[in-house]
Amino acid sequence: MRISTLFYTIRQGFVNILRNKWFSLASIATISACLFLFGLFYAILINFQHVVRTAEEGVSVTVFFEEGISDERIREIGDLISKRVEVREVKFKSAEEVWEEFSVEYLGEYADGFTENPLEDSANYEIYLSDVSMQSALVTYLESVDGVRQVNRSEITANALGGINVLIGYVSLGIIVILLAVSIFLISNTVMIGISVRKEEINIMKYIGATDFFVRSPFVIEGILIGLLGSVVPLVSIYYIYTNVIVYINERFQILSGLLNFLPVEEVFSVLMPVSVGIGVGIGFLGSIVTVRKHLKV
Amino acid sequence: MAGKKRVRRSSSESRDIIVLDNVSKSYSTGAPALNGVSIRIRKGEFVFVVGDSGSGKSTLIKLLLRELTPTSGGVWVNGEDVVRLKHRKIPKFRRNLGIVFQDFRLLKDRNVYENVAFAQRIIQVPTREIRKNVPAILSIVGLAGKYKAKPKQLSGGEQQRVALARALINKPSILLADEPTGNLDPKNSWEIMKLLEEINQNGTTVLVVTHNREIVNAMKKRVVTMKKGVIVSDEEKGGYIDED
Repeated sequence: MRISTLFYTIRQGFVNILRNKWFSLASIATISACLFLFGLFYAILINFQHVVRTAEEGVSVTVFFEEGISDERIREIGDLISKRVEVREVKFKSAEEVWEEFSVEYLGEYADGFTENPLEDSANYEIYLSDVSMQSALVTYLESVDGVRQVNRSEITANALGGINVLIGYVSLGIIVILLAVSIFLISNTVMIGISVRKEEINIMKYIGATDFFVRSPFVIEGILIGLLGSVVPLVSIYYIYTNVIVYINERFQILSGLLNFLPVEEVFSVLMPVSVGIGVGIGFLGSIVTVRKHLKV
Repeated sequence: MAGKKRVRRSSSESRDIIVLDNVSKSYSTGAPALNGVSIRIRKGEFVFVVGDSGSGKSTLIKLLLRELTPTSGGVWVNGEDVVRLKHRKIPKFRRNLGIVFQDFRLLKDRNVYENVAFAQRIIQVPTREIRKNVPAILSIVGLAGKYKAKPKQLSGGEQQRVALARALINKPSILLADEPTGNLDPKNSWEIMKLLEEINQNGTTVLVVTHNREIVNAMKKRVVTMKKGVIVSDEEKGGYIDED
């Protein structure tokens, strides 16, 4: 294709949009609304995941050993645990360290009355997981390890966090699929109106000897442009809203700011921007190409 | 290969630019639009096709443009077997045909220049050549001063000149004119016919479908008369045959 023809085709795509400006605006607005919801949802989801991940990092499993176990066996157990894929970090606490922490926290000066360590069987490994949903499997394994007396875990927290994560994933996927279907339908409708408005022009083009590609491409460009414009508007608004909401929450609810650790806007947009533009352009292309193939017999 | 064999007709026929060989066309509604029509038109000829409504003139034009295919028989245009022409080759085939309609079929939202340039754009002529070609063709049809006008600002005759300029700018070997004077007054009709004659004298084969008795009788060209889908007369320097 010649450069001049390419520019002509792109210009015609813009002309199509301007010619049906109300329908084009309606399509752009709907795609914007869809992608705005998508963006908003994504921003909430990714921040929630961030909060969950932070919480997950605090979820630990504690392993206590059988009475009279040798230090060597404790080291061996430590090595076995470290090799597990679901384990992110293992911390060893000797009986002395446990007693010291306990006495400082609860007994204070009364601790001096103890000549021996009453918690001498309390040496343990504190295990932090890379994926909380693997906790049950890890616990089952740990319970089968020779020399392990007891495994303490926080199953309720782990299950609840894992469950919310999955639920949010499914809900967002469902909403996104519905929104995309609506957007494709709208783009298809706009392009179809464009085709019917330009029926005479298309006929003339056919008589003069325009190729299928030449006749069809302005409509595909129109769809892509609508999708592109429809993705830029929500990105700009979400950027503005996101930055302001973070500032607002951090200023007004300082108590929460310790709990809610928001992701920086750049991190959210590093994914949201290419995905939104990709979806916008993608549905624009898909909606128009399907319509053009179906309704534009050349 | 079979198509090629059909294209290469005998050497005595090689000057024929349009050949219809025993062509019949029936629509699904019933009565045949064309029934066993055979015509040969030589390169550089000027031919009138006359006949009443329903005589099959429009079907003939549509067959030549490959808008329709015949139910039986063969159609060759510019040496191309039109019946066997593949869909993807139709655009290139049509670029050798100029077409003018009774209702002009101009793009109403574009000016004269853009309407004519449009024909070059779709065959991907570089813009700098379009800028040279359009004014040249507009001056041939006498519209050099009106290149900025929109179709609705022009008279019927002027609009038909724009359509002619658009049909000619890609230098087609054949010009098909379907009732080109149907919407014009006698003065404009004559001017358009004079232009068509000039175009023909420059080597383009011209086929004009018309009802205009005065023009056909005055111009003394070949006249093919059709009635109810068959050719009832084909005369060199002929005239309009009355129905009665």
